[in-house]
Amino acid sequence: MEILLAIMIGVLYAAGIYMILRRSLVKLILGIIILGNGANLLIFLLGRVVKGSPPIIPADSDVFQSVYADPVPQALILTAIVISFGLQSFAIILVKRAYKVVKTDDLDEMNAIDKDS
Amino acid sequence: MLIAILLGFIFSLFLVITGKFFKGKFSILAAGVPLALFIYFTQFISRISNGEVITQFHSWIPAFGVNLGFTLDGLSLLFSLMITGIGFLVFVYTSAYLKGHKYLDRFYGYLSMFMAAMLGLVLSDNLISLFVFWELTSITSFFLIGFNNTSRESRKSALIALAITGIGGLSLLVGALFLGSITGTYSIAEMLTMNPEIASNPYYILIVLLIFGAAFTKSAQFPFHFWLPGAMKAPTPVSTYLHSATMVKAGIYLLMRLTPVLGDHEFWNTTLIIVGAVTMVYSAIHTLFRTDLKGVLAYSTISALGILVFLIGQGTVEALTAAAVFVIVHALYKATLFLVTGIIDHQTGTRDTTVLRGLRKVLLPVAIAGFLAALSSAGIPPTIGFIGKELTYESTFHFGNMAILLMGLIVITKILLLYAGFVAGIKPFTGVLPERFENTKMPSFLMWLPPVLLALGCIVFGIFPGLIEGSLVKPMVSSMGLDGKEIHLKLFHGFNIILLLSVITIAAGTVLYFMIEPTKKRENWVAKFEKISPQTVITNSWTNFIKFSNGWTNLFQNGYLRNYVSTIMIFLIALTGYSLFSKANFAVDFNSFSPITVYEAATSVVMLIAIGYTVFTRSRLAAVASMGIIGYAICILFVIYSAPDLAMTQFSIDTLTVILFVLVLYKLPKYLKLSDYKMRIRDGILSLAFGTIITLLILEVLAEPKSSEVSDYYAANAYILAHGKNVVNVILVDFRGSDTMIEISVLAIAAIGVFALLKLRLKKSDQR
Repeated sequence: MEILLAIMIGVLYAAGIYMILRRSLVKLILGIIILGNGANLLIFLLGRVVKGSPPIIPADSDVFQSVYADPVPQALILTAIVISFGLQSFAIILVKRAYKVVKTDDLDEMNAIDKDS
Repeated sequence: MLIAILLGFIFSLFLVITGKFFKGKFSILAAGVPLALFIYFTQFISRISNGEVITQFHSWIPAFGVNLGFTLDGLSLLFSLMITGIGFLVFVYTSAYLKGHKYLDRFYGYLSMFMAAMLGLVLSDNLISLFVFWELTSITSFFLIGFNNTSRESRKSALIALAITGIGGLSLLVGALFLGSITGTYSIAEMLTMNPEIASNPYYILIVLLIFGAAFTKSAQFPFHFWLPGAMKAPTPVSTYLHSATMVKAGIYLLMRLTPVLGDHEFWNTTLIIVGAVTMVYSAIHTLFRTDLKGVLAYSTISALGILVFLIGQGTVEALTAAAVFVIVHALYKATLFLVTGIIDHQTGTRDTTVLRGLRKVLLPVAIAGFLAALSSAGIPPTIGFIGKELTYESTFHFGNMAILLMGLIVITKILLLYAGFVAGIKPFTGVLPERFENTKMPSFLMWLPPVLLALGCIVFGIFPGLIEGSLVKPMVSSMGLDGKEIHLKLFHGFNIILLLSVITIAAGTVLYFMIEPTKKRENWVAKFEKISPQTVITNSWTNFIKFSNGWTNLFQNGYLRNYVSTIMIFLIALTGYSLFSKANFAVDFNSFSPITVYEAATSVVMLIAIGYTVFTRSRLAAVASMGIIGYAICILFVIYSAPDLAMTQFSIDTLTVILFVLVLYKLPKYLKLSDYKMRIRDGILSLAFGTIITLLILEVLAEPKSSEVSDYYAANAYILAHGKNVVNVILVDFRGSDTMIEISVLAIAAIGVFALLKLRLKKSDQR
């Protein structure tokens, strides 16, 4: 399965980069989100994946008795998901505002600072 | 002594609040600062002349050997007196010269900061603190030269001066670090005994070159001289103070101060003599071609600085005595001439020597001052200039086998300087007064008194050289490491070849003055050679450098996000790809991987389709929806691989993002097809290459063993220490609780930002 996941991560990265390279602001944000998902999966996979044994200590014992999924990457990813939501929501609203002011969604047209250029 | 040095800085800070007071009627009071300092330093004269050296020590950064150590000996005393004495006169003069100027307080602030920096420079015993003060003089002089900041020329000159002297400052720092590492100390006093060790060090030549780099840029030696004529754009008090008496002498001071440390070596002497000689002759010739009074004075100042370097290069007792006297001579007459020029400019509105005539009828005291200063600059008895010139000739005459050649050069220079002095000090006042200047008014006495006082100094010290002999000149020579007992300053040395040369100089110079009128024609003629002057060469190379860096920067920093991203990607692919293919062995063990079940395969297929749809769809809404599907697919992967917390978070956040997107999106226009086919192909190749690199990298990393120390610690202690069974939760809220806390604040800030952007009401003018 790992090989499949590795390929999926590669595809997510490629798609993310491709979207970031587009001129549309909305695509840029979509690209960042996809890239973020790819990064999350990357961390997850590099922490090694295990099926059916979540990092929760059994009710009847104080420590793990058998194999368990690595909790550290999970904690990291959880943080990453929440933080990226903060970034995404801000970016989405910013795009909305920017569109309202400059009436364009094209990054190249936003380059100039002055209104009349 | 520390207070004395800092007083100027303190005063300039004080001016920030009381600026209004000093801007108005009471501006003359600002002169109290240099006056107090001058009086403070005069009380040391008797102690210093008895051979005492006053030192003071304040620890600053002892770990690096950088301390605020101050030494007051003959050398620093003379410079301190010049800085504060001429400073006082310049402060007084300024109060009338810039009367009612909008930024007079600012001017005083810069001036007193400059004075403080200059005092710190000449009193520092520690090379590093000397460097700090050196840089401070460069920076404050930048503000003073560019004081008329609305003039483009003025700003440009200030920048050139800062660049040239700034480079010199860096050179000084490196030289000081070398000296420090050889001697193990930054204290000049401690280095005095180490001359032989330094001279035999393999880095000796390099150190001397670095110190020369500093001294020659600051003291405007050829080929770095050109910033000084440019700096004449500054108001005349600045030219007087910085560019005749003090700052340009800082390089001379440095050479004098380091003579006992680095001097008495063939390389030191020869270089200084050559550079000094070239500078003094080159710029003395230049004075023939100038019609602007300040231009004449600027070039004659450079020439005088050349003479000083030339004398320091000779390094004998006679030569250093001559240098010591000439520093005083030059400060007195050049400051006078600058102040006189300032008055002429202020009262008549021009500095053009071709039109200024007969001003003695309207500006008599100024004319007297100019006349006396011109005599001193010409070296005509009984002025102190005569004594200076005699000493210069004598020491050069006694200088070994090259004496005849050097003698010729110095005599030519002196003849030309006499011409320059006469043009600046006498010419504007003689002849018939033209009609246009008939109504010229006498300025306030605050303006004409300072030059008159300085000019009187030229005469008084000339008639009574004993006044400065024991008190200033002897201690100064002995602080340059030589025995000054034999020095006797007097006007008349008896009939000898030196006197004959003096007579020839004066006669030839006077003839030159009457034969050659400054004309515009000659000035224009010499302007043709601008193309090959050091100034043009250096400014051109620096404009080209700026052009090059502009081009280079624009190539990479072109303001297009996608170009930045592509550049970063290309380099990332190339570098990672290179090390991946050159080092990795791709020993992927497929057997170690778990088998693929139908759930995983199905999820992956869904995800692949969703990714493809997000990327290629023309509908924005569809792109957002399929992006949501990617998120859900990842969510399912988290469920399969034992990460229930992640799955829940991913699910809720993904849903929220999609909702937010849809809410915003309906207000946006349709997707436009913005990029052409070629660009898409190019970007596609780039992205796929990057994706491939990532996949290969993962496979390579998965083949390596994994360290799980940290995870094991958390897993083992989650319940025992933190009493939680869900290890991920325990990590987030307990072990790394403060991180989570900060994360929450980040979210709060984002929320505030979102709220503000939503609520922001634009003014009509901000909308397109």
